[in-house]
Amino acid sequence: MTNTLHRFGDAASFRDDYVVFAIPSRGNNDQDSVPKLRRFLEMAVPFRPVNLGDARHGGALRPSRSMNPTAHWNRETQPDFAAVIAGLNAPTTAAAVFDNRPAAEDFVKAVVAADLGLSVNISTAIDGAEQCCDTAGICRHSVGYSLGFEGKTEYLPGSDVLQISTMCGHGMVSASLAKKMIDWVKEGRRTPEQAVTYLQRFCSCGVFNPSRACRILEQARTGTR
Amino acid sequence: MGAIYIDPAVKRAAINRDECVECYACYQGMSQEHLNPTFVRTIRRIFQMMRVRFDPEPDVCPTAAFEPDELTWPRLVRRAFSDPRVPHESTGVEGRGTEEVKTNDVTGRVNVGEVGFTIEFGRPGIGVRMREIEEMCRALAAAGVSFERKNPITTLMTDIAAGTLREEILNEKVLSAIVEIKTQVERTEEIIRLVHEVEKRINTVVAIGVGTRCDADGEERVVAPILERLGYRLERAKTNIGLGRASNQAAPSVAEEVVNR
Repeated sequence: MTNTLHRFGDAASFRDDYVVFAIPSRGNNDQDSVPKLRRFLEMAVPFRPVNLGDARHGGALRPSRSMNPTAHWNRETQPDFAAVIAGLNAPTTAAAVFDNRPAAEDFVKAVVAADLGLSVNISTAIDGAEQCCDTAGICRHSVGYSLGFEGKTEYLPGSDVLQISTMCGHGMVSASLAKKMIDWVKEGRRTPEQAVTYLQRFCSCGVFNPSRACRILEQARTGTR
Repeated sequence: MGAIYIDPAVKRAAINRDECVECYACYQGMSQEHLNPTFVRTIRRIFQMMRVRFDPEPDVCPTAAFEPDELTWPRLVRRAFSDPRVPHESTGVEGRGTEEVKTNDVTGRVNVGEVGFTIEFGRPGIGVRMREIEEMCRALAAAGVSFERKNPITTLMTDIAAGTLREEILNEKVLSAIVEIKTQVERTEEIIRLVHEVEKRINTVVAIGVGTRCDADGEERVVAPILERLGYRLERAKTNIGLGRASNQAAPSVAEEVVNR
């Protein structure tokens, strides 16, 4: 799940972005990991995550294989956390996304107390993760820093687009769609809340942060970049 | 990737197969209706004639037009590295197929005094040819670093000591792929400068991740100062909070690779 590491933005832009995920290590603690991963996701729900997901089945808002044309007017846009929890059926990465630090801190505290025995990581601004650890009374074990993007950066899109598209580090949220949604919001063709649901459905592991995306779209509405 | 376009000759969507990385986002990510294609085209033409803009949901394929191809070697490599829903056969891990420091509390992959690099090519959304990855691998191998064995790119090497990849996959394009190495902390600056040098010769973007172990009190005072001295502003990180432990019945695996200086 380096897919949460290289999100574009400065530390301040991650003030509403906390991804907490549990992962079994293949050959080491994956044998009995499925109920533990489910428990991890169940424990997240009371803390009001903005997304839940697993790396095999996706997030709390998923594409449909058999839509009716009337769905264009009354499509389901509410996240289905219960389906994510029930659908997790194999060792994989399970993630909970929060849009505020107190919720992330409280969840981490609960995870520490549950002692599931799985590796748990927090992906956010460096200070934010440290504060979560302090609140939970634990020390960080390892840290993986993002050094950002280098090389032929002239191929990259603008910063608003990047902030949105990099919320799926697997690249499933295309820069073209993110740009189109920014344009549609600017043109008043969709609200940020509606635009975010289209983007979110492409994320295949449920770490896309709809709350942060909404804020970025709202900022882009009147921005001039 | 922008591999899908409308072919003006036939007025139908076409896929540039050389650019397509087989990420399956078009097939898996879009919702589908199963409407009659002739009906859909007719409606669109009528709207177009009347200069009326049809405003459908942008993530819906009305005719469920996409069908996955039966992939064969070496094109299979594209999907393995581009579709995150498919676990890599070599490591059993989805996404880019590596656990790196995410499970460091269990595996001990990166120990005190060591630094692990994840050098990721093609991300975000640009893509990369395998021959460009090989160029970096050769340079890193020449510098004597050790490649992580439980990494999909390493398993595609014909000669790990030389950093060469299998000849038949070199022209394959993937959405992104990670080369994972480990070395001593003192070599951090040297490796970053080496990566910078190779970046100038390859035609894509690179995202570097640097993983290391924290002190007993949870602080990291060794690698961050080096990175900051090199001009990096450290904003975001993935923090392993150390709750994992081995619990399988079989003997746990440990970090196997030798760290070369």
